[in-house]
Amino acid sequence: MADATEVHGNISPGFGGLSRSKAALVLVAVAVALTLLRYAGLLPDALFRVPEAMVPPFAIWLDAIFNFVKDDLGLLAVTRTLTEGLEWILDATANLLFGKRRWPNLGPIPWTSIAAVAAVIGYYLGGWRMALLAGGTFVWTALIGQWKIAMETMSVLVVAAPLAFVIGLTLGILAWRKPWVNRALKPILSVLQTLPFFTYLLPAVIFFKVGPTAGAVATTIYAIPPMILMTTLGLQKVSPEVVEAGEMSGCSRWQLLRHVYIPSARTEILVGVNQVIMLCLAMVVLTAFIGMPGLGAKLLAMMGSFKLGRSFEIGVTIVLLAVTLDRMSKAWVVKQPEHFEKGTPWWKRHLTLVLAVGLFVFFIIVSQFVEVAATIGRKQNFSQGKEIDTLIKGFLNIDAVKAVTGFLRAFLNVQVLIPFRNFLLSIPTPALILLVTAFALWLGGRKQAILAAVFFSLVALSGWWDRSVITLYSVISAVALAMIIGLPLGIWAARTERWSKRILLVCDTAQTFPSFVYLIPAIMLFGITDIAVIFSILIFAMVPLTRYTIEGLRSVPEEMTEAADMSGATRMQKLINVQLPLALPTMAVGFNQAIMFAFFMVIIAAFIGTQDLGQELQRTLAGTDLGKNFVLGICVSLMALTFDLTILKWASDQKKALGLGD
Amino acid sequence: MTETPVISCKNVWKIFGPDPAAYIKQMPQDHSFDAIRADGYIAGVKDVSIEVGRGEMLVIMGLSGSGKSTLVRCFSRLHDITGGTIEVEGQDIMQLSEKELIELRRNKMGMVFQSFGLLPHRTVLENVAFPLEMRGQDKHERRARAMEVVKLVGLEGREEYFPRELSGGQQQRVGIARSLAIEPDIWFLDEPFSALDPLIRREMQDEFLRLQDMLGKTIVFITHDFDEALRLADRIAIMKDGAVEQCDTPDQIVLHPATEYVRKFTEEIDKARVVHAGVLASPDNKGEGEPVDAGATIQELAKLLVHDTRDVIPVAKQGQVIGGMERQAGLTILLETG
Ligand SMILES: Nc1ncnc2c1ncn2[C@@H]1O[C@H](COP(=O)(O)OP(=O)(O)OP(=O)(O)O)[C@@H](O)[C@H]1O
Ligand SMILES: [Mg+2]
Repeated sequence: MADATEVHGNISPGFGGLSRSKAALVLVAVAVALTLLRYAGLLPDALFRVPEAMVPPFAIWLDAIFNFVKDDLGLLAVTRTLTEGLEWILDATANLLFGKRRWPNLGPIPWTSIAAVAAVIGYYLGGWRMALLAGGTFVWTALIGQWKIAMETMSVLVVAAPLAFVIGLTLGILAWRKPWVNRALKPILSVLQTLPFFTYLLPAVIFFKVGPTAGAVATTIYAIPPMILMTTLGLQKVSPEVVEAGEMSGCSRWQLLRHVYIPSARTEILVGVNQVIMLCLAMVVLTAFIGMPGLGAKLLAMMGSFKLGRSFEIGVTIVLLAVTLDRMSKAWVVKQPEHFEKGTPWWKRHLTLVLAVGLFVFFIIVSQFVEVAATIGRKQNFSQGKEIDTLIKGFLNIDAVKAVTGFLRAFLNVQVLIPFRNFLLSIPTPALILLVTAFALWLGGRKQAILAAVFFSLVALSGWWDRSVITLYSVISAVALAMIIGLPLGIWAARTERWSKRILLVCDTAQTFPSFVYLIPAIMLFGITDIAVIFSILIFAMVPLTRYTIEGLRSVPEEMTEAADMSGATRMQKLINVQLPLALPTMAVGFNQAIMFAFFMVIIAAFIGTQDLGQELQRTLAGTDLGKNFVLGICVSLMALTFDLTILKWASDQKKALGLGD
Repeated sequence: MTETPVISCKNVWKIFGPDPAAYIKQMPQDHSFDAIRADGYIAGVKDVSIEVGRGEMLVIMGLSGSGKSTLVRCFSRLHDITGGTIEVEGQDIMQLSEKELIELRRNKMGMVFQSFGLLPHRTVLENVAFPLEMRGQDKHERRARAMEVVKLVGLEGREEYFPRELSGGQQQRVGIARSLAIEPDIWFLDEPFSALDPLIRREMQDEFLRLQDMLGKTIVFITHDFDEALRLADRIAIMKDGAVEQCDTPDQIVLHPATEYVRKFTEEIDKARVVHAGVLASPDNKGEGEPVDAGATIQELAKLLVHDTRDVIPVAKQGQVIGGMERQAGLTILLETG
């Protein structure tokens, strides 16, 4: 407790008459002094780390609360009942998609039927190219021999996504109607969005049984927040005159919601649907960690045994599915109703439906006679796993490649990463808290500084300080490296319209990939090492950095760059004096997203073998250590929230100061 | 007017701001619009008392932001007023329960909105049928009725289009059709013809006059166009900063503007086109010879006024001489703006 109170003692008076940056400097000075004292061997151990004896048993308290809620309040009985219902639905979709022996005992639906229907829907939403993408994805999945595992994944997705949609929509409507619901939801949502996904998984397992049900529940909960936000946003934006027209038409409240508000908020709601689908896909793949069979589990197994070829193929399938689902749902967002001329026959009005049903039935009949149209057998697929494996390993064995990866590995590890990590670990706990507080004070302000101090003190008191610092180290080093590559790339691309578009498209597409697949290239290049962890976070975090840099630079008003041109500025001067300052707030949003992504990824990378919180979190999944799981999860969340609150505050302050709209 | 007015409002206030109800309680009497604004509030409607009789067409005019739309929204209770009372057919509408209000709107009121307020996901026909659908009318009936009004506003053949596939004027006509679908007794029209071309505009105005003659609807009509106001209005209300400056017949407004502002507002108008012979007639001296019609404007009588030699010309209403008009008075009006 000692250091926590000391921290508070330090900031509050520090505000006195001091300006923000001066106060921040004072905090830094104290931190440096503390660290130097430690190096000189003068700092007592109790001020270096919170002594073991002083760590409150949070995990045990939480466990007690959970047990109380679970058993005494009977939550477990409730969820077990819910589980039955959910299990029944999941069994039904499992039967239809991959032939699990359960009611309705009709499946599996032949892959040709599903591919055909996907193509028709693709055509309806986005013409031939979309049809090709959608149909092609499913054909690829079947031919490569991954149909069953893909359908295992899909059988959970088709339940979780609609569930998340309905719950998110309902909560979104409530939050819009009742300001107090909105106020109550806001902080919960921001914590939920920073909570590492392992923290979703364990409660799901405990309350909803291992396997698809827990997977579906964790996936659903994970995907709800953006749906709530988009719904509320959409409903708030409905034009008041349209609402008044509804009122004057004599709508009751329910009619107003059903016929006026929701259809008018269509665009935002569909954007929410898109996000729900993408988050569900990302999450459902990750449920492999709690034994959910499917693409994720297979990928995990293949990567674990270093079968790079098969991992690559599964990665391609996941990426194709992600891109297809993303493009189709986005096409749905922009699709506007078109009228039919009077007297158009029924079948023409519903051509898509007729075609889809027709092809669906046609292929079901065909597959009664032609075996391969129903399922692709074990020996019939075109998987080239072994060959790709040899190819990749051959490539990695080329001396030049080996030299480069070897050098990078050695250089980064020995010269940069390990020294940096050891340095962070050598800073006394109170000093690091002070440094973070100073950072929050300088960028954000008083409120952010207080929150930062409280949040990091809590982390210190959790008893997981060293692992938290290692987590922080991975995040900071990966984001720093990502900036070294991502920012110049963004700045370079922003110079021309054409390259901006191209790189933005790449970023957009990359952002739809489930985070899991970013591990594949990392493991390919660097094996199972610390560098692979950093590398996977790096490429994941680079996407938002590059993207927001381009968007920030491109949105600088033209008159301003022209004014710089007319003042005879060189390209470099223009960039540094005009474009970058104006783009900085937007770039900060990208930076923030990169940090959030990094916190997310660092936990997943636990799979490769790290010594941070993620590793411990992953371990809790094997047991029923709910208390510990939450303590760890909340540590990650608190650290992430500190950055989130501070950087976003800075970005919005800066935007206001520069007179830029949001 | 002996019968109760359809709409009667007394000392109505509508104030926008953080806490209007508390603000109006402590506000000093005769607080001006600017003083209210300095306190961080906006007086959308400021102490308005006005009555609209059955079958009357009241036209509201005024500059942009003068509170026309806000006043009409108060009449239909789209806004809850901050002070005063509004009675519709003797019923205080602020006392209506939600259910009664819905009934009133479903059966008695129609409204055309300044920026149309069409539902983007519904076709023309479905938009027009919307109020009927809310009433729970069956599908065939409501389609048939919607088709009738769609024809009436000249959108036949477009009934399957979506709003975004229509031009501004066409969208506006959909809004008009929708408000007509339930055959409302009271009709609020917020610049209903602003997006129409002159030809269709004229047609729609004629249609309106016909409807009002035939069905005796009570209409509150907002427009920026004086010609339109003159063609349609029984009375004109002129608003400024939320308050009604003057509410009277067109003749009275141009002949006797109540305030400086109204005088300025009506300065540009050709008075001869507004003032009717009937208004200038005094029963004291009926004059002699052939009478002129009371409903004729001075402009229409221009030739006669110039060539006639009588000092006082008799004026007749439905064949009955009601008084005499001094030729000089008519000539003054004619020359003043001619
Ligand atoms: N919902 C609202 N909240 C706050 N202020 C409002 C609101 N609606 C209207 N106002 C204000 O009330 C005043 C009157 O607006 P109103 O729309 O009635 O003007 P108007 O006379 O219809 O103008 P126009 O001819 O441009 O349609 C304006 O100053 C406007 O800003
Ligand atoms: Mg208006």
